[in-house]
Amino acid sequence: MMRIKADTGVCVGSGQYVLTEPAVFDQDDDGIVALLTDHPDDQSAAQARHAVTLCPSRALSILQKMNLRPCP
Amino acid sequence: MTKSIAGELADLELPVERGCPFAPPAEYERLREQAPISRIRLTSGGKAWWVSGHEEGRAILADPRFSSDKRKDGFPLFTLDAATLQQLRSQPPLMLGMDGAEHSAARRPVIGEFTVKRLAALRPRIQDIVDHFIDDMLAADQRPVDLVQALSLPVPSLVICELLGVPYPAHDFFQSRTTMLVRRTSLEDRRRAFAELRAYIDDLVTRKESEPGDDLFGRQIARQRQEGALDRAGLVSLAFLLLTAGHETTANMISLGVVGLLSHPEQLALVKADSGRTPMAVEELLRFFSIADGVTARVATEDVEIGGVIIKAGEGVIVSGLSANWDPAVFKDPAELDVERGARHHLAFGFGPHQCLGQNLARMELQIVFDTLFRRIPTLRLAAPVEDLPFKTDAVIYGVHELPVTW
Repeated sequence: MMRIKADTGVCVGSGQYVLTEPAVFDQDDDGIVALLTDHPDDQSAAQARHAVTLCPSRALSILQKMNLRPCP
Repeated sequence: MTKSIAGELADLELPVERGCPFAPPAEYERLREQAPISRIRLTSGGKAWWVSGHEEGRAILADPRFSSDKRKDGFPLFTLDAATLQQLRSQPPLMLGMDGAEHSAARRPVIGEFTVKRLAALRPRIQDIVDHFIDDMLAADQRPVDLVQALSLPVPSLVICELLGVPYPAHDFFQSRTTMLVRRTSLEDRRRAFAELRAYIDDLVTRKESEPGDDLFGRQIARQRQEGALDRAGLVSLAFLLLTAGHETTANMISLGVVGLLSHPEQLALVKADSGRTPMAVEELLRFFSIADGVTARVATEDVEIGGVIIKAGEGVIVSGLSANWDPAVFKDPAELDVERGARHHLAFGFGPHQCLGQNLARMELQIVFDTLFRRIPTLRLAAPVEDLPFKTDAVIYGVHELPVTW
C-alpha cells in the first residue's frame, strides 16, 4: 500500500490536490494541505499519485515502502 | 554530460507576437526544436536562457536556487532603461518578486481566502453575477453584442471587487488602468497608470483601516491587528496584486475560451452534451492559449544544472509557459484543441511556490461562464470571421480586444 507525505511547511495552498482526490486530501482553514489518510486505498491511489505530480511546491511526496526482511 | 548549445543567439523581443491566433509564435517552435533550454538575446538588452521544455520549466520554477526578485542583477526584464530599474528598486516588491521565507510570510496569510471550500461557498453568488450579465445581453436590442464588454470584463471585475471589498463603481477605473499596464503602451503611460492605481489603492487601504468590513481586506486587517501591527505597505502591495491579477487574466480567458470553443464545434458539442466535461475543457483551454506567457522569469542565485545545461549564478531564465504547454513530449498533438485531453499539468498558472494564488477562483469562474453561456444561448456564434478578430498581439497577457457575437 502506498504512503503519502505532506510537508505543510512548504505548501502554497494550490488546492489542486483537493480537486484531484478529495478522499485523500483536504485543506485546513488557512488553506494548507491536510491529509485525510496517509494510506490511500487502491481506489484512490492513482488519483493521489496524480495529485502528487501536480503539486507546485513539492509539498507532497510518495514514500517508498522499505523492503524489510525478517532478521536471520 | 553537458549538451552543446547552438552557437547562434536568437533575438527575441518579448512579448513575441503570435501569428496564428491559435498557435505559439513560429520562433517558439524553432527554439524548442533547437533545445528544451536555449540561449536568447533580449532586444531590451542582455542575454537569457529560454526554456521551452515542460519538464525543464517545472524543474526551474520549483527550484529555490532561482530567484523571482526583479531587482537582482541578471534578472531578464522586458525593458532595461535606467528609470524603470530605479523605479523597480525604489518600491516594495509585490509577492511575485519575493523569494523563500519572505514570500511565504506574504502569501500564507492570504491562502486561506482561496481554499476550494471557501470558493465553493461563493459559487451561487458568481452564478448570479453571470446570469445577471447574460440577462442583460439577451435583453439588448442590438446585435451583434461585444462579449468582452457584455460578459468577459464585468464578471471577473465584479467577482474580485466583491471578494476584496472594493466598491464596484471603481471597476471601470481599475479595468482601464490594468489594461494599460499589460499593453505595450509607452513607458510613460504605463508609469502613470501604475501611479494612479497605487494612489487609489493607498486611499482604499486607509478607508479599510477605519471600516474593515467582512471581506478579504477586512479580514487581513483584523488578522494583522490581532498579531500586533498593521503592515501598511504589505496591504497596499497585496491589494495591487490581487486587483490587477484578477481583472485582466480571467477576462481574456473567458473571451478566448468562447472563441476557441466556437471555432471547434465538435469540441463545443462535447461540452454542451455533458457539463461534467467542463472542468477538463477549462484546463485544455488554459493550456491551449497560455495567456500569461513569459511572466515566469527568474535569475539563478547559484550554478544549477538542469536538463544537461549549466545555468550560472546571475544568469536570467525565462520559462515560456506557452512553449511548455505545447511541448509535444508531454501534450500529444499540442495544436489540437481536445477538451478531453486531461491537461491539468499545464503551466498556465505557473508552477512552484509562486503558482497563481487565484487559480481555483479562475477555474470556477470559467466553468460557470462557459456552462451558463452555452446553456442559455445555445445558438451563440461569432459575428465576424476568426481571422478578423482583434487579437491582443501587443499585450503581455494574450486575449482579444473585442468579440462580436450573435445568436
